[in-house]
Amino acid sequence: MKKDLLGIADLTPDDIYRVLETADAMREVGRRPIKKVPTLRGKTVVNLFYEPSTRTRTSFEIAEKRLSADTLNVAVSASSVLKGETLVDTAMNIEAMSPDMIVLRHASSGACHLLSRICKSRIINAGDGMHEHPTQALLDAFTIKEHKKDIAGLKIAIVGDLLHSRVLRSNALLLTKLGAELWVCGPPTLVPPGIECLGVRVTTSVDEAVRDADVIMMLRIQQERMQGAFFPSLREYFNVFGMTKERVKLAKPDTIIMHPGPMNRGVEIASDVADGPYSVILEQVANGVAVRMAVLYLLAGGVEDEAAA
Amino acid sequence: MPVVLDADRMARSLARIAHEILERNRGIEEVALVGIRTRGVPLARRIAKSIHDVAGHDVACGALDITLYRDDLSGNAAMTIGPQPVIRKTEIPFSIDGKLILLVDDVLYTGRTIRAALDALIDFGRPRAIQLIVLVDRGHRELPIKADYVGKNIPTSSAQAVQVHLTEIDGRDEVEVLP
Repeated sequence: MKKDLLGIADLTPDDIYRVLETADAMREVGRRPIKKVPTLRGKTVVNLFYEPSTRTRTSFEIAEKRLSADTLNVAVSASSVLKGETLVDTAMNIEAMSPDMIVLRHASSGACHLLSRICKSRIINAGDGMHEHPTQALLDAFTIKEHKKDIAGLKIAIVGDLLHSRVLRSNALLLTKLGAELWVCGPPTLVPPGIECLGVRVTTSVDEAVRDADVIMMLRIQQERMQGAFFPSLREYFNVFGMTKERVKLAKPDTIIMHPGPMNRGVEIASDVADGPYSVILEQVANGVAVRMAVLYLLAGGVEDEAAA
Repeated sequence: MPVVLDADRMARSLARIAHEILERNRGIEEVALVGIRTRGVPLARRIAKSIHDVAGHDVACGALDITLYRDDLSGNAAMTIGPQPVIRKTEIPFSIDGKLILLVDDVLYTGRTIRAALDALIDFGRPRAIQLIVLVDRGHRELPIKADYVGKNIPTSSAQAVQVHLTEIDGRDEVEVLP
């Protein structure tokens, strides 16, 4: 592993498998009566979230606490950011108090790369703009692997708002690295040009994407990032692209339905699908803690490049 | 490479330890074996089998990974250079509360692994007592830790390495001392 976890793009398949294997061992800690190990005792982790988040922030915080790290959350809405401080200044000030790791979520793509260049602390990307969300892709892979054993050769359909989705980018990079056959589907206005470069097959027909799929991954319609009309109405979006019971029937009989959350019920996914027997959405959340523990643990150690030098 | 314990003598040492356990502890129902990963785990299973053969009792067997409890992971900057050790699963499928736990490891050296294992075990509950079984005691303790059952004492210098090979993992039973 490198110093920071900025994106899936920097990881080799071996790195990815290492995280997944470590996460498998970490999960056992969460099943004990005392859900805590002393591994990161004395390490300070700052969770710096510039965007709202429930799942990711809670998940990181639980993971940090289970490893005995000292954690603190900087709530940007109650911080000097409102007084006009720049990201770099905020980061330099936090860095002056010598934390060991900074978990950053930011609305701008590349924010983590910027901090990575100026900070000695290890940076973990918890979502940067429309770029990457590596821990989400890792926990998705962990969940898929648990159900399907091997990711290579699976047909995986990702349906929804492709344009604004960092989850899509990280997942596309990860799943193609591990040899999955990836289909992406969304309204033409929400398909970013050049997405084929990620090694995915693009379609605007949900039925084609979902047919015989081993895994169906739904993406949220990100209305907060949409400036302009990408489709006529949410109801029409649901009719054309929403995941319904009828569409799920086109997939393999043992398919699984995933969603990174938060869900818009009745927009990208019908409630009876979200709560139905194929849904592994809450398992994803549970696995998120173990995967983040694995990432924190692996980054807290040395860097392989340094060890070789 | 001098072999200090061959397959035959290893088997006899483990059988003797099984007898000692039975002799020392009446009420074997309240006993469970926990092997420290990696090589403590097959050793624990073999001792469990010996106890079963002799006394007809099934002794519960668990596996403990102590990586998350190591004292050389963080803190000292000089020690954090280098990738993190691989973590494997801890599997203790029974309650350790009130039981006599027999902790099993292959080599007893500085005692730091056992210190970590004790901390790890205590996070799982409150055993009545913990006893330590090792196949080889090579000396050079850095902590006040002593084994209750020892397969063989092997005096070594700290420059040497003691390598335990087990059929389940390495394809053969043998202990050798490397210069």
